[in-house]
Amino acid sequence: MGEVVKITDVTKVYTMGDQRVEALRGVSFTVRQGEFVAIMGASGSGKSTCMNMLGCLDVPTSGEYLLEGVNVGGLSRNELAEIRNNKIGFVFQGFNLLPRTTARENVELPLVYARMPAAARRERALAALERVGLAGRADHYSNQLSGGQQQRVAIARALVNEPAIIMADEPTGNLDSRTTVEIMAIFQELNRHGITILMVTHEPDVAAFTGRHLVFRDGTIIADTPNPSPAVAVTHEEAP
Amino acid sequence: MTTLWQSLLIALRALRVNKMRALLTMLGIIIGIAAVIAMVAIGAGASKMISDQISSIGSNLLLVLPGSTTSGGLRTGAGGTPTLTYDDARAIQTECPSVENVAPTVRGSAQIVYGNQNWSTIVMGCTPEMLVVRDWPLTTGRNISQSDVDGATKNCIIGQTVAENLFGDADPIGKIIRIKKIPFTVIGLLDHKGQSPQGTDQDDVIFVPLRTAQRKLFGSQFPNTVGAMMIQAKSADVLKKAEEEVAALLDQRHRIGPSRERDFTVRNLSEILAVSEQSSKVMSILLGAVASISLVVGGIGIMNIMLVSVTERTREIGIRMAIGAKQRDILLQFLTEAVLLTTVGGIIGMGLGVVGAMAVSKIMQWPTLISTEAIVIAFLFSAGVGVFFGFYPARKAANLNPIEALRYE
Repeated sequence: MGEVVKITDVTKVYTMGDQRVEALRGVSFTVRQGEFVAIMGASGSGKSTCMNMLGCLDVPTSGEYLLEGVNVGGLSRNELAEIRNNKIGFVFQGFNLLPRTTARENVELPLVYARMPAAARRERALAALERVGLAGRADHYSNQLSGGQQQRVAIARALVNEPAIIMADEPTGNLDSRTTVEIMAIFQELNRHGITILMVTHEPDVAAFTGRHLVFRDGTIIADTPNPSPAVAVTHEEAP
Repeated sequence: MTTLWQSLLIALRALRVNKMRALLTMLGIIIGIAAVIAMVAIGAGASKMISDQISSIGSNLLLVLPGSTTSGGLRTGAGGTPTLTYDDARAIQTECPSVENVAPTVRGSAQIVYGNQNWSTIVMGCTPEMLVVRDWPLTTGRNISQSDVDGATKNCIIGQTVAENLFGDADPIGKIIRIKKIPFTVIGLLDHKGQSPQGTDQDDVIFVPLRTAQRKLFGSQFPNTVGAMMIQAKSADVLKKAEEEVAALLDQRHRIGPSRERDFTVRNLSEILAVSEQSSKVMSILLGAVASISLVVGGIGIMNIMLVSVTERTREIGIRMAIGAKQRDILLQFLTEAVLLTTVGGIIGMGLGVVGAMAVSKIMQWPTLISTEAIVIAFLFSAGVGVFFGFYPARKAANLNPIEALRYE
């Protein structure tokens, strides 16, 4: 299987005034297509910085980042925006849906910026909502949905452009344990269909649903362990 | 195109969310545009009134007035001495190549009687050229002819005001009126002419043949003299030349030399009136300029509210950027919102301005003139204000760092 993400000796240094903060100090790893990887670590370990870089929201100070074989370093803001639009789907901790906007319109948003005609947009958005089990809620406004439903809309939005990889930053951080399992079930289902998923989390329970654990500490990877038998997320509705 | 349409939809939604705020923000533009439209309409109305009055006098006109003379150390004022004659007028007509028509006049006031009605008005002795020079058609009847002038007939043509006061609605043609107790036959009725630039009623007048006036009505010790001459040049281009020719000819005929002061004055009427037209134009530009200041103030209000809006929606901007909005998408979104605010405000302002101008002309009896030109310019200007004052906030939004914007609480 192909390498979706390949980063080699990546560093990220922030300068705040005369203070230098080394958020990443030489990180290298590869994510192959179809993997479900959990990035773990305490806050300040560099996992969020790494995630922002992998999501093309930020560029590394040094080192090389290949996304589907394309070197992302040195691209302009607009080129990065295009890559985010085509190849990456984001799921955030705080859902980050647009307020006063329906579920369908939220899901359509990446397609709007991809300049897709309205009819095709609508069709794709409805299909994505169906995949996350929200076909009946397409015309609900984001504030009319529960937290779990909002996160499912966000997942549909991440899916709709058929990205190379889904980046999820603490996707269950704002959810209760039951909803957490629901969301993880959706991720596992998507992963079974071949979608590559990278998920930042600090909860071992959540990481247990993934196939590989990358552990960060002080800007470096201290452990990269496969999880040969991930926990299977079973939702209550599906339980006998 | 789709992008622009999308931006418009997003902008409409954003404005719907903050209806009150949008309205208050627009108010500055509404007032500004309404003021500009109303002020320009009032200014243009005044300017048109003046230019109408100018053309009501006639075009390309010179006025020759008898000048002052000095007699025994005493100087009379302009027009104080009868120095111009009917022969002068004829000489000008034949000898000045740039002159089209000459209309010598004699004027005085007189009491007119018809039946049991009487009226005091201006009586002018003139030649057939008068109506040509003044560009003044007749409603009914005929003009004074050269044979009327030569034969000093007791025919007259009357203005609308005189006709109303003596005859009411009845047809005046063929009726006999008495001017200074002398019976005259009405042979023509003049069209309505309106106010002169000085505000006098031009329709309150009776024209009689020149010689009749000289000999029978306002007989003086110099029977051949005329009061003033209106001279029409062949075109506006030769007006100056005509003025010089007339002056030179009269200098020669009146034997004016270096030692003798001129006993006549030549005035260029169009020039005098052009000055007053100019001043009314300056006035309307000034009014417009004052009104534009309120537009600028309105624009600053737009900029202020757009900056607030960008800050409020930082997180939304972050989300849009994360899922693929380019900088120009964000720029366009906020610019569209600003332009929408100003153009909607502009359209409302236009409506108010037009209504305001009409109210002013109705209530205060001021003439106003609403030109489509002013409306189009005002509309483009309001859109321009949106672009100008919306650009800075929109660029600020587009330059946000997506990571920081996403983290914004």
